[in-house]
Amino acid sequence: MPTDVWSQPQPSVPARAEGTEEVQRIRTHAKIVYDYTPGIAPTIFLRGLAEKKILGARYEGSDDVYVPSRGMDPVLGKATDETVEVGPKATITSFCVVHIGFGENAPPTPFVSALILPDGAAVSLYGTILGIPHDKVRIGMRVEPVWLPDDQLTTSFENITHWEPIDEPDVPAEQLKGHM
Amino acid sequence: MRDVAIVSVAQTDHKRAARETNEVEMVQPIIQRALEGAGATISDIGFTCSGSSDYLAGQAFSFVMTLDAVGAWPPISESHVEMDGAWALYEAWLKIQAGHADTALVYGYSKASPGDLPMVLTRQLDPYYSGPLWPDAVAMAGLQARSMLDSGRITAEEMAETAHRNRQNALNNPHAQLKGSPSVDALLAEDYLSNPLRKHDCPPISDGGCAIVLAAGDKAREWAERPAWLKGIDHRVDSHNFGARDIAEAPSIAIAAEKAGASGGFDIAEVHAPFSHQEKIVTEALGLSGDVKVNPSGGALAANPVMGAGLIRLGEVANRIMAGEADRGVAHATSGQLMQQNLVAVLEGDR
Repeated sequence: MPTDVWSQPQPSVPARAEGTEEVQRIRTHAKIVYDYTPGIAPTIFLRGLAEKKILGARYEGSDDVYVPSRGMDPVLGKATDETVEVGPKATITSFCVVHIGFGENAPPTPFVSALILPDGAAVSLYGTILGIPHDKVRIGMRVEPVWLPDDQLTTSFENITHWEPIDEPDVPAEQLKGHM
Repeated sequence: MRDVAIVSVAQTDHKRAARETNEVEMVQPIIQRALEGAGATISDIGFTCSGSSDYLAGQAFSFVMTLDAVGAWPPISESHVEMDGAWALYEAWLKIQAGHADTALVYGYSKASPGDLPMVLTRQLDPYYSGPLWPDAVAMAGLQARSMLDSGRITAEEMAETAHRNRQNALNNPHAQLKGSPSVDALLAEDYLSNPLRKHDCPPISDGGCAIVLAAGDKAREWAERPAWLKGIDHRVDSHNFGARDIAEAPSIAIAAEKAGASGGFDIAEVHAPFSHQEKIVTEALGLSGDVKVNPSGGALAANPVMGAGLIRLGEVANRIMAGEADRGVAHATSGQLMQQNLVAVLEGDR
């Protein structure tokens, strides 16, 4: 490989006028505030969370329940008009061990961040796995959500603080095909 | 060159804020209707291209989420432009010309309502000189109008007449957001919003979009009774350095028009002029004669969903050709501040 491909070339700049200083960088203030609205389907999902329910949705007649639904079955391009409760029991479909945590509520490292497939859903949710040593977590492991105390529930996905293992046999990876 | 036509058009009923829906929920019905209008499904479409902006949505990669409305499985051939959907249509037209597709789905949309649109649009400016000053879009357009007024290229009366005519035209447009207008005299009696612009000189802030199906040759004849053939299409750009051009003009429009073959007679013109004074910049650059119906839809002064309003101009011309109300029309779309980028298309029906 040529040696100069990975290095930053020197910029070509015209000679500057005498007595002036070179401007090497400018800092400019930039801030835009948005008043975000989640949409019809995500609103149903978020309101469900306030009642400790995981609400997905599907296109009428389809087997695939999306959670959270953004309003569409992305495979069919059709509106997911039918609300379907999924979980709370769920299966780990994939995970990673986190060694650098960030955010105020990050658990002590190392911990496991996982994709979690609620029973009855076609797609997985993100979640943190606690209550088990990180090196004991497995694909196919059964888990359930741990919720904030009832008086702290809001319309937020943070209502689920984390997921913990339950005493049920693992789901064979074969059965998770198409959901990973 | 392959014969390519617009065969189906759908647009939202534009409104100030589509608060209840997210972008994908807002756009899916028009994508569905555009496909149905052609009697097609997504599996019949060779190429999909959209125009939208993350800055408007306030979300990174927002256009990827909107693809959920298309049904992108099995995988589809897809692209996106961070510009008005008219440029997405241009990309799709190129794709068909290159023989990589025979049909295309194109859509352009935005939900401008979550942000402060005039400020969000400042992010289109260069990040070193203009952008840090945060000149809002209305103030920028005001500079342009002032330049035209002071150089005798337009009068406040002409601007008010343009606003009045467009919004009166919009009375016949079921999708328009602003329909009808007080008299020209009443408009001119109003205070300035941003001198020399009065409220009526400015477009509404709109949430909405447009979806269009393109097809080549026999497929176009199969999918539409009277396809609106794209006889020519071209886009050009003027300098983004406002000090380097006369902002009272947009030379790129005339160049695009020439390259697109936009000369001779037209039954209809739909021009994308969000601010009242800008319509004259376009109609003069296009050299339109007085008997051409300009903006029977009401134009961007009646509904201006950013990233969709230019594509809608093509759709409005195509609709009239497909309905047999016009034989030949010209459509213009603009993108960027002060009509920096311009696209011109000529559409014709078989006679």
